[in-house]
Amino acid sequence: MSAFVIRRLMSMLLVLFAISVLVFVIFFAIPGIDPSRQMAGRNPTPETIKAIKHEFGLDKPLPVQYVLVMKHLLVTRDLQSYSNRGVEVVPQILRATPVTFSLIIGAAVIWVFWSVVIGVAAALLRGTFWDPLLMSLALIGIAMPVFWVGEVANLFTQDRWHDTFLFSWVPPLGYTPFTEDPVMWFKHLVIPWITLALLYIGLYARILRSAMVEAEGQDFVRTARSKGISEQRVLGRHMLRVSMITFVSLFGLDFGALAAGGALLTEVVFGLPGVGRLTYRSLAGLDLPVIMATVLYGAFFIVIANALVDILYARLDPRIREPVTA
Amino acid sequence: MSEPLLDVRDLRVTFLTDGGDVTAVDGVSLALGADEVLGIVGESGSGKSVTMMSVMRLVPERNTRFEGEVLYGGRDLMQLSRRTMREVRGSEIAMIFQDPMTSLNAVYTVGWQIAEQLREHEGLSAAAARDRAIELLRSVGIPDAEHRVDDYPHQFSGGMRQRVMIAMALSCSPRVLIADEPTTALDVTIQAQILDLIRTLRRETGSSVVLITHDMGVVAELADRVLVMYGGRIVEQGPTRAIFHDPLHPYTWGLLGSIARLDRPRPHRLTAIGGSPAPAWATPSGCVFADRCPHRFERCSEPPPLVAKRGAEDHLDACWLPIEKRGDLR
Repeated sequence: MSAFVIRRLMSMLLVLFAISVLVFVIFFAIPGIDPSRQMAGRNPTPETIKAIKHEFGLDKPLPVQYVLVMKHLLVTRDLQSYSNRGVEVVPQILRATPVTFSLIIGAAVIWVFWSVVIGVAAALLRGTFWDPLLMSLALIGIAMPVFWVGEVANLFTQDRWHDTFLFSWVPPLGYTPFTEDPVMWFKHLVIPWITLALLYIGLYARILRSAMVEAEGQDFVRTARSKGISEQRVLGRHMLRVSMITFVSLFGLDFGALAAGGALLTEVVFGLPGVGRLTYRSLAGLDLPVIMATVLYGAFFIVIANALVDILYARLDPRIREPVTA
Repeated sequence: MSEPLLDVRDLRVTFLTDGGDVTAVDGVSLALGADEVLGIVGESGSGKSVTMMSVMRLVPERNTRFEGEVLYGGRDLMQLSRRTMREVRGSEIAMIFQDPMTSLNAVYTVGWQIAEQLREHEGLSAAAARDRAIELLRSVGIPDAEHRVDDYPHQFSGGMRQRVMIAMALSCSPRVLIADEPTTALDVTIQAQILDLIRTLRRETGSSVVLITHDMGVVAELADRVLVMYGGRIVEQGPTRAIFHDPLHPYTWGLLGSIARLDRPRPHRLTAIGGSPAPAWATPSGCVFADRCPHRFERCSEPPPLVAKRGAEDHLDACWLPIEKRGDLR
């Protein structure tokens, strides 16, 4: 097991290094993106640009620049934003992380619960009109873009019906940390949670339904029934348990991607100052240090999520585990 | 035979499909005596598995019509509530399936899977069920059972998995064991071992066995009585000896003729039954075998009854051919 973890860590580091180089090359070495020109303002003189380049070390050879950026980012942790002089990047990300996690954990709870309910219900009600109905609803959930749902939700909760009893509790867009006011935290997040979860409820309900339907026809389910155990047990312990293998591995990957900034649209629409919104802003302003930092942060979570999925997968499916030598 | 243990009367199973009704089992009656091994032979699609799965009520009930009675212990299993049926399943009547590779759940240890059944029916504690599982695994010949109990199905070979299935089926000492082609997926040497095992355990536990197979050799080896099925109906039934030495139905002749025998001069070719089985959605109204039968005549357009001929009460067949002429025709 420890060998597995060490191997996993080594490959994680390698992947992170490769990603950092790649991102660096894309933003610093490809001609056309010149951060010094961005910073110099309108109609800069060549001298100004030169001075800026010198100040930020942009006139040094690329490998040196890479090392400098990484050193400021990871070692001294005082990498500064290009667009907002003096603003340090690392604390910005540290501030954004809890927002993103508040958003995606809440959404994940909702989406896992409802997709299991809907997926299992549809599989059990196969042959009745409920199954196609639930699956169509799921498809609608998948088909609605999250920014559109978010905007519509805002339209009603913030504007049209805000003064009715339905939505008068909804606070203005923004975020309150859990540690400051848990109730306010909840009020701010509950609509973003549902908005973000909709897509995944649809996706996971459909995946689970097909996995359950597939399990239904499997020999081991017939064996389980022949044992005389209760139908609930056949369903929960046998069919659902086996169907969960696919479900959980997909969940890990999707959750990792969301943690990495994939909830960007939801964050932007609802004004949540999370990592996604930070990435969005840094990209809009070509703020290279922030881009570097957010991309690396994202890569970190995706790699972590992948490693966790691998471990979890082995926990869920004994066939993946290395054979026990007798 | 005294009071039968399991008495199936005029069982009819019809699948309602988009293309019309398909009768998979068409009026099958059979009786299983105490301490008896009943072989059911027939080719794929003859309805032998569906018959026994219906007895266990394991055929999906959606879009399926069941008619007839399955009497066991004074009750009609077809009429039992699902809950009561569950108590019969696994504890009174247990089943082994064809493919041991897929019949066990890959994500649980074999011990857990055996214990699950024990805990359901016998109310054992987890620890007691585990101990019992180890005993059972040992009794089906799994070496090092106290360690193997914690292994997963994929860590066992096919033959060993079938042993696990047998251990599981016998865990609650059922009175009836249904073995649905238990050796089909195994290679020949393992087949013999598994058959031996079933024979030995049966003797020890006194369970009656229904052995479903398409392998006449397996039947000859184990069965006391044989039922030959074709197209969802029984075409011949009788004591194993009689079926092998004095088969009456042309279909049984065909089955026996297609076995390569080592104790006789080698024939030029093995006889094969011409044609292919009538599809279940187009079963003929007369004799089901008529289309493929080399001896058919006008009368075969009516369904022949399953009756005893020639005085032997326990040897029945469903054929119109006059009994005196059969010896010459074969």
